[in-house]
Amino acid sequence: MPTISVDKHALYKALGKEYTRDEFDELCFEFGIELDDDTTGQEEPPQLKIEIPANRYDMLCFEGIAMNLNVFLGRQAMPQYRLSRPKDGKLLEVTVKPETQQVRQYFSCAILRGVKFDEARYQSFISLQDKLHQNLARQRSLVAIGTHDLDTLKGPFTYEALPPEQIKFAPLNQTKEMNAKEMMEFFEKDLQLRKYLPIIRDKPVYPIIYDANRTVLSMPPIINSNHSKITLKTRDVFIDITATDKTKLEIVNHILVAMFSMYCAEPFTIEPVKIISPHNNESRETPDLSPRATTVSSSFINSICGLTLSRDEISALLTKMCHSSRPSKTSDDLLDIDIPITRADVLHQADIMEDAAIAYGFNNLPRHFPSVSHGVAAALPINKLADIVRLEAAMAGWTEVMPLILCSHDENYAWLNKADDNKAVRLQNPKTAEYQIVRTSLLPGLLKTIRENRKHAVPMKIFEVSDIGVKDEKLERRSRNVRHFAAAWYGKSSGFEQVHGLLDRVMLMLRSAVITRDDELKKGEMTGYFIEEVEDSTYLAGHVAAIYLQLKGQSAVKIGIFGILHPKVLKHFDLPFPTSTLELNLENFM
Amino acid sequence: MPGQRGPVPVPLHNGSRDLTLDILEALEENDPFQTQSQFPETPQAEIKAALDRLASRSMVEYDTQDREIVVLTAEGQQIADEGSHEYKVWKAVKASGKLSIKELPQKVAAESAKVGQGNAFKLKWIKKDGDSLVPIADSVQDVTRELLEHVATNAAFPDPKQLKDYQKRKLVATQKQIAYKVRKGPRWAKEIPVEVTDLTAEMLEDGSWQTANFKPYNFKALGANQNSGALHPLNKVREEFRKIFFNWDFIEMPTARFVDSGFWNFDALFVPQQHPARDLQDTFYVSDPPSSGPPGPDPIADAALDEMEADSATFSTSTSKSSKLDYAKYASDVRAVHETGAFGSIGYRYPYNEAETTRLVLRTHTTAVSTYCLHRLAANPRPARYFSIDRVFRNETVDATHLAEFHQIEGVIADYGLTLGGLMDFLASFFKKLGITNLRFKPAYNPYTEPSMEVFGFHAGLDKWVEIGNSGMFRPEMLLPMGLPEDLRVYGFGLSLERPTMIKYGVSNIRELLGHKVDLGFIESNAAVRLDKD
Repeated sequence: MPTISVDKHALYKALGKEYTRDEFDELCFEFGIELDDDTTGQEEPPQLKIEIPANRYDMLCFEGIAMNLNVFLGRQAMPQYRLSRPKDGKLLEVTVKPETQQVRQYFSCAILRGVKFDEARYQSFISLQDKLHQNLARQRSLVAIGTHDLDTLKGPFTYEALPPEQIKFAPLNQTKEMNAKEMMEFFEKDLQLRKYLPIIRDKPVYPIIYDANRTVLSMPPIINSNHSKITLKTRDVFIDITATDKTKLEIVNHILVAMFSMYCAEPFTIEPVKIISPHNNESRETPDLSPRATTVSSSFINSICGLTLSRDEISALLTKMCHSSRPSKTSDDLLDIDIPITRADVLHQADIMEDAAIAYGFNNLPRHFPSVSHGVAAALPINKLADIVRLEAAMAGWTEVMPLILCSHDENYAWLNKADDNKAVRLQNPKTAEYQIVRTSLLPGLLKTIRENRKHAVPMKIFEVSDIGVKDEKLERRSRNVRHFAAAWYGKSSGFEQVHGLLDRVMLMLRSAVITRDDELKKGEMTGYFIEEVEDSTYLAGHVAAIYLQLKGQSAVKIGIFGILHPKVLKHFDLPFPTSTLELNLENFM
Repeated sequence: MPGQRGPVPVPLHNGSRDLTLDILEALEENDPFQTQSQFPETPQAEIKAALDRLASRSMVEYDTQDREIVVLTAEGQQIADEGSHEYKVWKAVKASGKLSIKELPQKVAAESAKVGQGNAFKLKWIKKDGDSLVPIADSVQDVTRELLEHVATNAAFPDPKQLKDYQKRKLVATQKQIAYKVRKGPRWAKEIPVEVTDLTAEMLEDGSWQTANFKPYNFKALGANQNSGALHPLNKVREEFRKIFFNWDFIEMPTARFVDSGFWNFDALFVPQQHPARDLQDTFYVSDPPSSGPPGPDPIADAALDEMEADSATFSTSTSKSSKLDYAKYASDVRAVHETGAFGSIGYRYPYNEAETTRLVLRTHTTAVSTYCLHRLAANPRPARYFSIDRVFRNETVDATHLAEFHQIEGVIADYGLTLGGLMDFLASFFKKLGITNLRFKPAYNPYTEPSMEVFGFHAGLDKWVEIGNSGMFRPEMLLPMGLPEDLRVYGFGLSLERPTMIKYGVSNIRELLGHKVDLGFIESNAAVRLDKD
C-alpha cells in the first residue's frame, strides 16, 4: 500500500479544521485510509504519513486526499471536470507513427492552461507522477508520464519510434546532447533511472516524442528532454502519456488532470488534444472526461448492508463518495449513477455498495448474523491421522518442533550424503540460499533444530509431523505434498533403540503389529510392519533399517527408514553427538 | 527417583566427626547450651547444618544469636600472656635497681622500651636519675594485662566504653559471631532413630510403616522432572482455533498442497496479472516443474472433501442434483472477467496472459484452496462453511516480524442473504473465543473481496487498537465465473496463526516461534493454551 506524505497544516487548512491526532485518526479509520505517522516535533513543516488503499489512485497526492475527505465530510461538492477548447477551435495535434507498435503503442495526452504553481504544488505534481509510476504503472513498464512547458514547444507533435542511434537530445537536467545509446549507458549510473532501462534497452526502436521543430519532448519511459522541462514559472502544461496497457493509459491521464486542473486559470478545465493514430484505431481526442454512467440496484445495496434505505438516501450516501446518482425513471429498484473519472477502482456494483456502506459507516451497520446454513463439522482425514501420531509421539516423551518447509539444496541432499534424485520442487527467485527448494525430507529441519539447541540438555528427543513436497508429473500442479513423520534422538549414545522403540509405539497405536514370521508375511494375510536392514548413505552401515508396511491382502510397501546417522552427516550439520533418526510416510495409513 | 527399598539409616555426618552426636551428648548434660561455649572451635556452617538436621526431626530446637565479640590482636595476646610494655619496663628496672636508659632495649624488647618507658613514668612506677632509670613503686598492678585477660575469656570488656581506647591501641578488634542457643525439642532423643525415605510395598506388607520413622520431606524443593514430551506452542494454538471452527460446523479444507498455479492462487481470485503481489519480490515462483496443467479437478482434494461432506449431505435440504463442473468454461470466464469484463463487471481491461495462469507458485495464501472448494461448491450450490490453518509462503526479507513462511488461518462461509453486519457479528463471536471482546472494522482494499474490512481489536495490555485480521465478502468477479448463484454470498476472513500467538505469549521475534531457531526449552515449558482464559 502506498504511503503519502502531506503537509499537516496545509491539509488541516484545506479540511477547515485543526484536528487532534485522535480525531484525524478516527476520520481516516472511517474512510478506510490509515494515519501511519505524524512527524510533528521531528520535522518542519510537520508531515502526516497516510496509507492509501492500493486501488485509490485518486488519493496518491495532497490534492486528492483533501478533495476526497472534503467531499466525504460534505464540505465540498465533487468537482465537475470539463473540456475547454481553444478559442480558435484548433486543437493541438499529435500523430502516432505505426513504428511505435514495436515498443510502446498507446499514446494519450492533455493540456492544462494557466496553471499557477508554487513550490508545494510543483512538488506534489512531481510526486504524484512518481507514485503513479511506482504503483499503477508498475515501475513505468505499463505507463509512463512526461510533463512539459508547452510554451517552449510548437505543435503539432509526433510520437515515433526510432533506432536509438538516430535519437539525440539533452535529457532532463543535462546540458549535453547525447544519442539514446549513450544515454542508456549514462543512466546506468543513475540509481533512480537505471531500473527503467531494461523496459526498452533491447528493442530495435525507442519511443520518442517530437514537436514540429523536431525538438524532443521525451523518450518514454526513460526521460524527458531538458528543453521542455516545467518550472515554477510554467503556465501551460502539456502532459504526454505512453503505455502498453490501454486502460491504465487513460486512468493515468484522468488522475493527473483531475488532481491538477484545480490550479488552472479556469479551475477544473482541461484542454483536449487530437490524437491521430489510424493504424491501431486509436485516433481520438483526449482526455475523455465524461463520467461512466451505470446503474446500481438499491435492493442489492440494502440487502448486503442489512438496511432499508430509500433510493434518495442511498444517493445522498453515494454523493459523499464522489458519485452522482439519482433514482432511475425506468425502474423502482435501480439508481442511475455517474462514476467520476477519478474512481477507476469502481468495477462492479459491489464497489458502489461498499461506498454506500463506508458512507453509512461500517461500524454503524446493524450486526446480525442471519445464517441459515447447517452443515456438519469435519476434520481433514490426513490431519486426523497426523494428530494421532503427534499425540502419541508427545506422550512417548518426544518434543514437537516446527522447522521451515523451504531449505537449501545442500541441506536436503549433499548434507544428508544423498545424490539429487530430481524429486524436489525448485524455487525460481529466492532471496537467500536458505530457500532453494521445498524439502523432500523432514530430516534437515530436525537436524537444524538440534544444531540451534546444542546448549539444551541431552538427550534431545524431537519430532515433526508435516508435509514434504515432491514433483509429480501426473497432477495439475505437477507436484504434491506427502505427510511425513520424523523423529531424531541426539545424545551421548546413539539412541538407535529409542527411535526404534518410538516406531514400535506409533505402529502399535496405528493398529499395525510387528510381523516377524516369514510365512505370514508371504501369505500377505496380515496387516503389519516389519523392518529390514538396508544400505543407505545417510546412515551408518549396519545400523539402518527400512520400514515396510503390509496391508492385508496387499504386498508390502516401503514407507520409511530409521538408523544411526552417518558421522559425515553429523559433521555437515555441526552436531558433535551421535544422532538416530526415523522418518516415514504416513499416507499409507489413510 | 524411587524411594530406596526398606528402612535405611540416614547418614548424618560427613567425614570422621559426627557433630550431631556431639550436640545430642552436650544437650543431655547441658540443656540449654550456647554453641560458642560448647563448640568454640567448630565452624559455624557445620554447626548450623547439624542443628538443622536435628531440628527438622524436632529433636532439638534452637535460637540464632547474632552478636559482636571482641578478640585480641596478636599484640594484645602477647600482653595478656607476658604483661604490658610498662610492666616489663618496671620489672626490668626493679630487677636491676638502677638501669641505664641505653641498656633498657637490651633488657626488654625495643618496642616495649619505647612505649613502656613513657607509660611507666605516667603511672609513677619509675623515674629518671641522670642517664638511668630507678624504680619508685615496690609493687604494681598491670591493669592492661588484666583487662585483656578478661577480654580473652569473655570476648567483651567489663565496661563497653573501654573498647574504643583499646581498638585505637590495636590491641583488640571486633568480630561478628553467629551462635546458637540449643535446647531439647519435642521429639528429643539421645540418638537419631533409624529413618526411612519412602513408603514401600514391603513396609505395607510387613506393617513396619506403622512404626517407621519417615525422613522429613523437603517441601521447599520441586518435584521430580517428568521428562515429558511436548507439543509445539503454535500447534497448540492451532488446535484451539480448529476446535472453534469445528464448534461452528466448519469443514477443514484440503490444504496439503504447497505448490499451486497462478490461476488458482491469483487469476481465479480476480487478482490482476500486474498486481504487485505477483511480483518476483513478493511471491516465490517455481522453476522446476516448469508450469502447471490446465485447471481441473484435484482427485486428492475431492476424495477428502467427499469423505468430509458426507455427513452434511444428510442435512441438506437441496434436492438439486450435482451438476458436472466445466473447468474449461470456468477458466475462460475467469479470463473474460479480467480482460473484457463480465458478470456485471467492467473488468480490469488488460491483455490477459495465459502463460501467467500456468506459472507455478508457492501458494501465497490458503485462499487458493478456498477458491478450489468454492468452485467445487458450484456443482451443488448450498450453504457451506470451510476453514483451514496451514503454511503459506512469501518472498519476504526475513526480520523480527517477517518470515518467508507462516500459517494462515482462513474461514469461509457461503450462505444466502448474508449481510456485511452479519460478518461483523460472526467475527465478534469468533474473536470473543480468543478473549477479544471489542471489535472495530475499517474499510480496506483487497482484490478479491468487496467490501473488505480490516478487523481491529482493543488490546488492553498494549492499550491500543491492533489489527487482528482481514475479512470481507468475496467479489462477484470471483464467485460468478465459478457458476455460483448470485444470491449465494460468501464471507471470507483470515489472520495469521503467528501474530495472535506472539501477542499472547509476548514473543517479539517470529523466529523464536517458527523454524529451527526456536528454543526447545520454550516448547517444553510453554503452558497449555486457553485462548478464552488468559
